[in-house]
Amino acid sequence: MSSETKQILTTDGIPLEVSLKKAEKKNKIKAFLLVAPLLLFLVITYIFPIGDMFMRSVDDKMITNMLPKTFKAMEKWENLEELPPEEVYRSFYEDYKLLAENQQHGKLGQRLNKEKNGFNTITKKLFRQIKRKKIDESISIKEQINKLHKRWRNVEYWLAIKRTAPPYTVAKYLKGMDMYFDSDGSITQVEEDRRIHRILWLRTLEIAFFVTLFSFFMGYPIAHLLATLPMKYSNLLMICVLLPFWTSLLVRTASWMILLQQQGLVNDFFVMIGLVGDENRPEMMYNKVGTYVAMTQILLPFMVLPLYSVMKTISPSLMRAGKSLGGTPFVAFWKVYFPLTIPGIGAGCLLVFILAIGYYITPALVGGASGTLISNQIAFHMKTTLDWSFASAMGLMLLTGVLVIYWIYNKLVGVDNIKLG
Amino acid sequence: MSKNPEFVKFDKVDKSYDGKVLVVKDLQLDIAEGEFITMLGPSGSGKTTCLMMLAGFETPTHGEILLDGNIISNIPPHKRGIGMVFQNYALFPHMTVYENLAFPLRVRKVEKDEIDKKVDKALSMVSLNGFETRMPAQLSGGQQQRVAVARALVFDPAVVLMDEPLGALDKNLRESMQYEIKHIHESIGVTVVYVTHDQSEALTMSNRIAVFNDGKVQQLSNPAELYEKPVNSFVAEFIGENNTFNGEIVDIDKDKCKVKLANSEILANPISVKSKGEKTTVSLRPERALINPSEKMDNMFTGKIEEVIYHGDHTRVRLNLLGSSEFILKVPNSTSNLELKVSQDINIGWNSIDARALDPK
Repeated sequence: MSSETKQILTTDGIPLEVSLKKAEKKNKIKAFLLVAPLLLFLVITYIFPIGDMFMRSVDDKMITNMLPKTFKAMEKWENLEELPPEEVYRSFYEDYKLLAENQQHGKLGQRLNKEKNGFNTITKKLFRQIKRKKIDESISIKEQINKLHKRWRNVEYWLAIKRTAPPYTVAKYLKGMDMYFDSDGSITQVEEDRRIHRILWLRTLEIAFFVTLFSFFMGYPIAHLLATLPMKYSNLLMICVLLPFWTSLLVRTASWMILLQQQGLVNDFFVMIGLVGDENRPEMMYNKVGTYVAMTQILLPFMVLPLYSVMKTISPSLMRAGKSLGGTPFVAFWKVYFPLTIPGIGAGCLLVFILAIGYYITPALVGGASGTLISNQIAFHMKTTLDWSFASAMGLMLLTGVLVIYWIYNKLVGVDNIKLG
Repeated sequence: MSKNPEFVKFDKVDKSYDGKVLVVKDLQLDIAEGEFITMLGPSGSGKTTCLMMLAGFETPTHGEILLDGNIISNIPPHKRGIGMVFQNYALFPHMTVYENLAFPLRVRKVEKDEIDKKVDKALSMVSLNGFETRMPAQLSGGQQQRVAVARALVFDPAVVLMDEPLGALDKNLRESMQYEIKHIHESIGVTVVYVTHDQSEALTMSNRIAVFNDGKVQQLSNPAELYEKPVNSFVAEFIGENNTFNGEIVDIDKDKCKVKLANSEILANPISVKSKGEKTTVSLRPERALINPSEKMDNMFTGKIEEVIYHGDHTRVRLNLLGSSEFILKVPNSTSNLELKVSQDINIGWNSIDARALDPK
């Protein structure tokens, strides 16, 4: 017994366990050094930008820095039903004067106007008074400001200023869901005719879902053929699947535009065979139809390849066994073959859905007004309105959506079951 | 119940895949009910093709296959009611052992209680009770094999086909499975068509063996006859070990002939030779030639030992005899063993009845 419990030593007297750990540690460091460049690359190009995006989306420091004294004074404003005390007025006046001297007052006016309509007019009025030095600092500022405009006497405007005090806000996220903080600070939906984002989210989900479905129904037979045909035919078919994959996305989308436009090849063909009259050629582009057709074609390889790699591993003798045991070809397919392809179906659907949900170029070019997706809206705010914080917020909402789908998928199918090849 | 001697019948069956080469040529084969028949042959000899045609996965190019008197060439595989054990078991990897066995019963709409009973019976036949909930991947190779056998038998098929089922097992397991399959066959009396390229497997298990070569059945007989009385030199070569002499008939009568070799003459048993001047290959089993025979034998020669290999239960001796240095002797390991040394001269004798003069190679 004692020989078993005795510590085993290597030839140079170091305990075996210690020496083994040393050797393994070296290997671990080597392995880490090998992946370190990639890790660094990922941190710089992925983790940092996402972090930055998040900061941008909730950042509201601009106004906090513009009105430091006001917000400090507002901490002592207790009865929120009445106008704030003189001290708040005085601090606001001092802050605003400083901004006016630095030509920053315009920005404040715009920002406050976003919070509550009508601020722009009354801040400009205040600016003119300050410029003309009409404000006497030795008497009550509150009374002088209140005299300028009736809105200054409305407590809601002061409450609006108070709401902008925190340096961080989720207002952009609410806006992404067509909601906002109303004057008493509660979350409210925008009027029904202005709820554009919700429509876009639903449409994005709908298009991603149907594109996944179409890709699946088209990709499954192709993948099956690829996996079962003799080598010389399957190679040819594989090239047919991959050829579009190697062609530029823009070129493919543009060629769909040529095909689908009203004077395009598909419509010409329909007119030629007499399916539709020449004067009422259907619109197949700049709407959902165009988005569906082009996106399905472009994303099809992402469905076919994982399916193919799974089907390739299924032995043909399993189907034969199913048949020889008395199953009809359909039963053998449904009970034996199909369940074995589920890992590939999962991988393909997840891949296509996630790609489709954030798709940009194709819907932008062929989608028109009714075929654009949330990604187009994000790009619009990035490039046109320059509201980067709102674009960031929507980008993060999209990312969260994808993670949620991934989580649901993991619960249902199990990520370990995914096979990408 | 009288046994139908033509339960399965291959009637003049031809099969070609490419329209140029016949893989199966004019096959005529009757299989009796309850028989264990083995199709034995080298790879590419057409034996698996025959099995696939019987199972329905290939169609004959010409000719008919009959099962119990009915032509089955146009019946799809799932309606033939033939059980099959595949080379790599083909167990459904996503089903438990129970589900695998229940599959053929469920597609036949058998009642749940009945399924339970039959699965239980089939599992006890291969002594795998208690493995119902295991997945195939959790079983050893031998256990998977037994599940495959049980699955092929669970729906009481009239015929069970086995396509080299023991090929993937190691030697010991293969031997014990051979006996197990043989015993299952004996106890339930199902007709078994078994395909293998392993001759010892065929000899151990079968009632009859059909030796395939080049798309044709070379010989169809029981194991003993196949070994003792091969009808041509392919069968003699393929089954067991064999010493051969190539020569020409110089004299022939009813049960003896004289064969002229390069520089000597031997007496042999004429099997497929008819007349003087014919070329022949004489085949002699190694264990039929004796060293220093005590009784008089009609072939007596002296040879020189080239090599001695100890095999435990016997010793293999390679001799230079009658101008060939490939003559093999098997000396059983017994107490009265001789000293055998390389380059020693010894006397060898055999009876002409054991030396079969067959078609020339």
